[in-house]
Amino acid sequence: MITHPYTNRKFIIFFIIILVGIVFIFRLFYLQVLYNKYKFSAENNVIRYITQYPSRGLIYDHNGELLVYNEAAYDLLVVPHQVHAFDTNDLCNLLNISTDEFCNRYEKAKKYSMYKPSVFLKQISREDYAFLGEKLYKFPGFYVQARTLRKYPFPIAAHLLGYIGEVTMDEIEYDSYYKSRDYIGKSGIEKFFEKTLRGEKGIKVKVVDVFNREMGNFHDGDYDISAIAGSNITISLDVQLQAYGEQLMKNKKGSIVAIEPASGEILSLITSPSYDPNILVGRIRSHNYNLLLNDSLKPLMNRAIMGTYSPGSTFKIVNVLIGLQENILSPQTLYSCDGPESRPIKCTHYHVTPLDLKEAIQQSCNSYLWKVFRSIITHPDPNDPVMGYNVWYNHVLNLGFGKKFNTDIPFELNGNIPESRLYDSIYRKNHWTALTIRSLAIGQGEILVTPLQLANFAAIIANRGYYYPPHFLKSTKYKSNTLLYYPRQVTSIEPKHYEFIVDAMLEVVEGEHGTARWYKLDSVHFCGKTGTVENPHGKDHSMFIAFAPKDNPTIALSVIVENAGYGATWAAPIASLLIEKYLKGKVKRHWLEDRMLNSDLISSN
Amino acid sequence: MRESKSIFLNIDWIAILLFFMLILMGWLNIYAAVFNEEHRSIFDITQRYGKQLIWIAATVILILVILIIDPKFFSTFAYGIYALSLLFLIGVLLFGKEVSGSRSWFQIGSLGIQPSEFAKFATALALSKYLSTFNFSLQKVKSLIISLAIILTPAILIFLQNDTGSAIIFIAFILVLYREGLSGSIMITGIAIIVLFLLTLLIHELYIIGGLLLLSLVLLFFIKRTTGNILKLSLIFLISALFVFSVNFAFDNLLSEHQQTRIRVLIGIEKDIHGAGYNVHQSKIAIGSGGFAGKGYLKGTQTKYNFVPEQDTDFIFCTVGEEWGFLGSFIVISLFILFLFKLIRMAERQKSNFSRIYGYCVISIIFFHFLINIGMTIGLMPVIGIPLPFFSYGGSSLWAFTILLFIFIRQDAYRFQIL
Ligand SMILES: [Zn+2]
Repeated sequence: MITHPYTNRKFIIFFIIILVGIVFIFRLFYLQVLYNKYKFSAENNVIRYITQYPSRGLIYDHNGELLVYNEAAYDLLVVPHQVHAFDTNDLCNLLNISTDEFCNRYEKAKKYSMYKPSVFLKQISREDYAFLGEKLYKFPGFYVQARTLRKYPFPIAAHLLGYIGEVTMDEIEYDSYYKSRDYIGKSGIEKFFEKTLRGEKGIKVKVVDVFNREMGNFHDGDYDISAIAGSNITISLDVQLQAYGEQLMKNKKGSIVAIEPASGEILSLITSPSYDPNILVGRIRSHNYNLLLNDSLKPLMNRAIMGTYSPGSTFKIVNVLIGLQENILSPQTLYSCDGPESRPIKCTHYHVTPLDLKEAIQQSCNSYLWKVFRSIITHPDPNDPVMGYNVWYNHVLNLGFGKKFNTDIPFELNGNIPESRLYDSIYRKNHWTALTIRSLAIGQGEILVTPLQLANFAAIIANRGYYYPPHFLKSTKYKSNTLLYYPRQVTSIEPKHYEFIVDAMLEVVEGEHGTARWYKLDSVHFCGKTGTVENPHGKDHSMFIAFAPKDNPTIALSVIVENAGYGATWAAPIASLLIEKYLKGKVKRHWLEDRMLNSDLISSN
Repeated sequence: MRESKSIFLNIDWIAILLFFMLILMGWLNIYAAVFNEEHRSIFDITQRYGKQLIWIAATVILILVILIIDPKFFSTFAYGIYALSLLFLIGVLLFGKEVSGSRSWFQIGSLGIQPSEFAKFATALALSKYLSTFNFSLQKVKSLIISLAIILTPAILIFLQNDTGSAIIFIAFILVLYREGLSGSIMITGIAIIVLFLLTLLIHELYIIGGLLLLSLVLLFFIKRTTGNILKLSLIFLISALFVFSVNFAFDNLLSEHQQTRIRVLIGIEKDIHGAGYNVHQSKIAIGSGGFAGKGYLKGTQTKYNFVPEQDTDFIFCTVGEEWGFLGSFIVISLFILFLFKLIRMAERQKSNFSRIYGYCVISIIFFHFLINIGMTIGLMPVIGIPLPFFSYGGSSLWAFTILLFIFIRQDAYRFQIL
């Protein structure tokens, strides 16, 4: 056996351990014996801890209009083991329930637990509570707990504001802040900004006697923790625009997304059919929720972020931009069009032939766009469509399609821009060409985009080549950080190409052959592109993207009206009205407004 | 036959007695922490004390298995066991279940397994094996680096699971390295780094740099002013300054706001009675309210109202303090110290280097858990979520500590066979 050179170090380790032990014992002696603050006499017996719920933060729109506020409601709790004999009729009258129902509820509570409080009656209104509160002392074992209900002064924006509801077991497990029966933001803004809005719960420590009567604050409230109210937030939404948009979309299926291009802030996010958020609050909630859930028009779905559509002709601009950037197309490029006789894609319009790029955009020529798309795919190597496809794919993703923005909008979908692999698996490797996937040229085929992505694309054009990921956050408290959270994204296409597109899109609205020429505004120049999207399940979807004014744009939007027909018939006039409303404050074209407001495209289908 | 008989003869029964005393006291307190009038039966497996009872029963089987295994098995397969545990740690990162923000559990049916608990004894085995190789010396830089790599690899993997508490425990192995000859100056450097780190969070970095500069100038006055010394001193100064700035930068830019608050609360700059500070505040009330003799078993009011979160796991010592008072706390602390002394004596009587080093690994790990856990409940240590050995509710941690300990007891029982 070799003697170890460091054997003496065991004494030092020994010493460290004994030192820690002594420090602990001194500390405990101080806490438990010397320090009086933590002790209370045994006669004070029961201490009751009452959770203080903070008021939830309010939500304002970007002009400071109140969108969501709180209203008090009260839950009646019961602890069966503390219940003594009392006048049942009296309580039933106060609560406005029958004796039978009373017994049912009481049995249920007893079954749950004799000792733990359970909810006897949920969300008693403030008025009813006024009577109950005074007489509660007559009913030992019953308590009230103040809760918060959300109220909405405007019956709009239900989907994007979201709602609050009781936590699920999963949510409790995920974040131990929540206790059973707490409220949590379940969707929309309420969900994303939950931590900001919720505040912090507090606790009041009360001394109660054996009959559960309150004897006052424990230690003059030294141990109370006051609740911290949730912070208010301001979101980028514009109430006027949102409300007007929802009106225009009434009795239509579809969505509108409007973005401020210079900041990426969402001005309105409309989905239709929609509902008044106030109907999903309080005791009526579950009833109404089931009605909405079973509605065949799916009013609970937020089409603006969860609806995925073929982009149709609006996507032609994407292909033109890619063509310009890849130098296989110039404004002077001429292609011929044989109208409905064109192959492989027929053109739906009759027009001059051959035509140049600007005319092709203005009149949405399919033949022209097919030739552009073919050049993109065959450009680097005519025998390797994958190479060309990947160039195309990267540009499309770069323009904000095919993936979520991951900002503060819960539940948005990716859409779908397929990788070349998909075509390899459908048609086998080396067995597909530009011709095989020709429908992509005119925005049909496998590609799917969300209305949010389309609006963002309009914002990209408005900005001539960059965007801020669309978001709602616009609080003064966070303002300086907003652009830090969602930094500017510059696209892979040079600004000069956008200038050309802007002019062409102006022609769509103001040119003598433009597809949206009926809806131009005298007061302001705006740019747009129509889309009519074939739809296997019914009538075509009507689509329009636009921004205004042409120079220094302040609004970019996408409008989709499902199963409505031509883009020029429905989406374009709605977009035009919204632009007028947003830029001018009021709409002068009453004939157009009336036609849009009064059309019912749902029951007529 | 003769051999297996001698194993049980040579077993240190006092150590085993202390072990079972700790387990029993732990279970009594879990029962108290979870107790409610509706579920009184101790075998009620819907309640945590019932489950813990099952785990304790399983522990006895585990102990028998370990005692039967040839003690050489653990030294022979030390690296293999270590590699396996690393695999599990990586596996849990990829396939684990996320609970309260950290991904550190495997869910098998209703049973949750936490690989980080088992990584401790695996690391202890590998470290003991490495440090006990012939002619090993911690004076060699390469040896030191490899030792640290053995310790830090699992620690980093656990840190990546977002389970900071379990990762921090690996610091305990420094004590083993110290016992085996880690130079004192490295220890001092380590302490200096920690002090500098804390100071950076506490005061403005320019004051610290100023202080460092002043300190360097004063030192310059005392040391021999050769070129070499001056160069060394200015290098140390530069490195410290750089360290201060990078800590500051990392704190402001790399940590989330939540993590920043947590650290600020930990070192006491911020009183956060709602978040991390809440548990400690409540825990101190519970312990303080126990007084000298306690409120009596099952009579703790703080306990009953579930006021201290995680009272049956990380904050189990609250129940001891509240129901058994200062007397009970004193006994529990004494029992832990006694147990650690017993283990030091056992470690020092080992003839093989492997067994001794492994013994110190066991001591260090148990000691660090004891230090941090109880220190946390009485407000002397930051809130780091780690269990109190043998006391806290939880199968993984109970089994892991049992395995850790009994491998050592098995080695110890075998000590006479090494000549
Ligand atoms: Zn054409």
